[in-house]
Amino acid sequence: MKQNKRKQRRVIPGFGLSLGVTITILSLIVIIPLCSLVIFTAQLSPAEFLKTVTSARVLASYKVSFTTALTASLINAVMGLIIAWVLVRYDFPGKRIMDGMIEIPFALPTAVAGISLTHMTVDSGWVGQLFGRFGIEIAYTRIGITVALVFIGIPFVVRSVQPVLEKVDPQYEEAASMLGAEKSYTFFRVILPEILPSLIAGFTMAFARCLGEYGSVVFIAGNMPFETEITPLLIMSQLQEYDYASATSIALVMLAAAFLILFVNAVLQSRSSKIVSGIE
Amino acid sequence: MKTQNKGGAVKWLLVAVSAFFLIVMLILPLVYVLITAFREGIQPFLAAVTDPYALKSIQLTLEATVFAVIINTIFGLFAAWSITKFQFRGKKVISTLIDLPLTVSPIIAGLIYVLTFGRQSFLYPYLKAAGISIIYAVPGIVLATIFVTFPFISREIIPVLTAAGTDEEEAAALMGANGWTIFRRVTFPHIKWALLYGIVLCTARAMGEFGAVSVLSGHLRGKTNTMPLYIELLYQGYDFTGAFAMSAILVVMAVCILILRNVFEYRGKKNEE
Repeated sequence: MKQNKRKQRRVIPGFGLSLGVTITILSLIVIIPLCSLVIFTAQLSPAEFLKTVTSARVLASYKVSFTTALTASLINAVMGLIIAWVLVRYDFPGKRIMDGMIEIPFALPTAVAGISLTHMTVDSGWVGQLFGRFGIEIAYTRIGITVALVFIGIPFVVRSVQPVLEKVDPQYEEAASMLGAEKSYTFFRVILPEILPSLIAGFTMAFARCLGEYGSVVFIAGNMPFETEITPLLIMSQLQEYDYASATSIALVMLAAAFLILFVNAVLQSRSSKIVSGIE
Repeated sequence: MKTQNKGGAVKWLLVAVSAFFLIVMLILPLVYVLITAFREGIQPFLAAVTDPYALKSIQLTLEATVFAVIINTIFGLFAAWSITKFQFRGKKVISTLIDLPLTVSPIIAGLIYVLTFGRQSFLYPYLKAAGISIIYAVPGIVLATIFVTFPFISREIIPVLTAAGTDEEEAAALMGANGWTIFRRVTFPHIKWALLYGIVLCTARAMGEFGAVSVLSGHLRGKTNTMPLYIELLYQGYDFTGAFAMSAILVVMAVCILILRNVFEYRGKKNEE
């Protein structure tokens, strides 16, 4: 097999050219800037780094970012599963439109989503007035941040679960029901194990995206230090003060978190096979 | 699949829950932008979007988008070709690096360019001597836009080419076709719709990018403000009509993109069959 593959390389032309162009552009856009991050990091003193990334305000921002991203991703995991189920298993009027609008958060610029959600949920806005009667404030609180992150994360779980659910053979369910299983039992014991890897993959992708999200959150958050200040915003404010050392230190912590999530995702995706990624 | 369609209360409950959630979370913000933009009539809307600064920001956004689409299309085609048609060491590393911009926060994307081309970089003296400014200028905005949309096109093409395999290209090569002919006659028909789909996604994201561009822009009105940055500026200056008027343009664009997306996806699926 190996021998065979070696020969294939010779048959189709353009290996050198295509790989050359790929690596050149990849280097210019991704690798060199990332290296400069590494070089800059190497110049930071470890003590200074630790002091920056564990200062009270930074720790508070991790907490805000982490809890809001987690809450939003959990909401999306549940709602995404329901929506994917509805889109795959049921026929109803308007189904194609519902399927088509899942990608709105990808197509709509985050800043536009941000100002729209904020303007709606402030005290004088439509939604803000409604919730104000019950004493719930949305804009400029962590609830507002969570709402913005739910918006951003909707497509991830739906689009991850949907193709896998389409491939689950209905015969399994028929077999289960013939053997006398309840519908809910069939769902949790037969269908859920099949789609669980894709559900977790969608969840982790949404979670990673939410942790780094800036555009939609910055308007609705209010950006109060210790209360509603997310980590990306903190990096932004350090950059505006030209404090590159602090900005980079905090960014490294975020990158480490993102890579951890990417790693977990890769492990889970290899289990849910090539249905999702297409890359071997 | 039809066996599941017995209807019943559960079905309609789940459909209703999904529809309610999507309407409140997705449609409402979209419609709200349009309503707010036109609340004071068409005249203030037109005044806001034909403001010289507004026009300049539209122009800059289009420039950055065109660059991003061109570079990412070239990259996407070459990367997909090398990854799917050949076996080589380090393939996994390359595909991981291609996908990396998706996981990196836009703010960090901006930061790494600031560190590469900014004042503390070893490149800075050379750039300064050559009179090139990258950060807080248009080239920085273009670079940031390319970075955040980097994997969009290759990611659409790679799965299609993986599914198509290499047999057809091998046959063509053995019959003496050269690389360009193989690509044009054999490979391109497979990826046509996926490529268009990728371009549409790339355009959408490029026009809307905010975080990374915000770091690299000097926020100079009329010089380095893209549409989303200009919207932020108007919104923070309490010019809500102006902010929502500019947003309305982007909302219309988003809706067009979604329609195109669905057309291309449908045609792509048909193409594969």
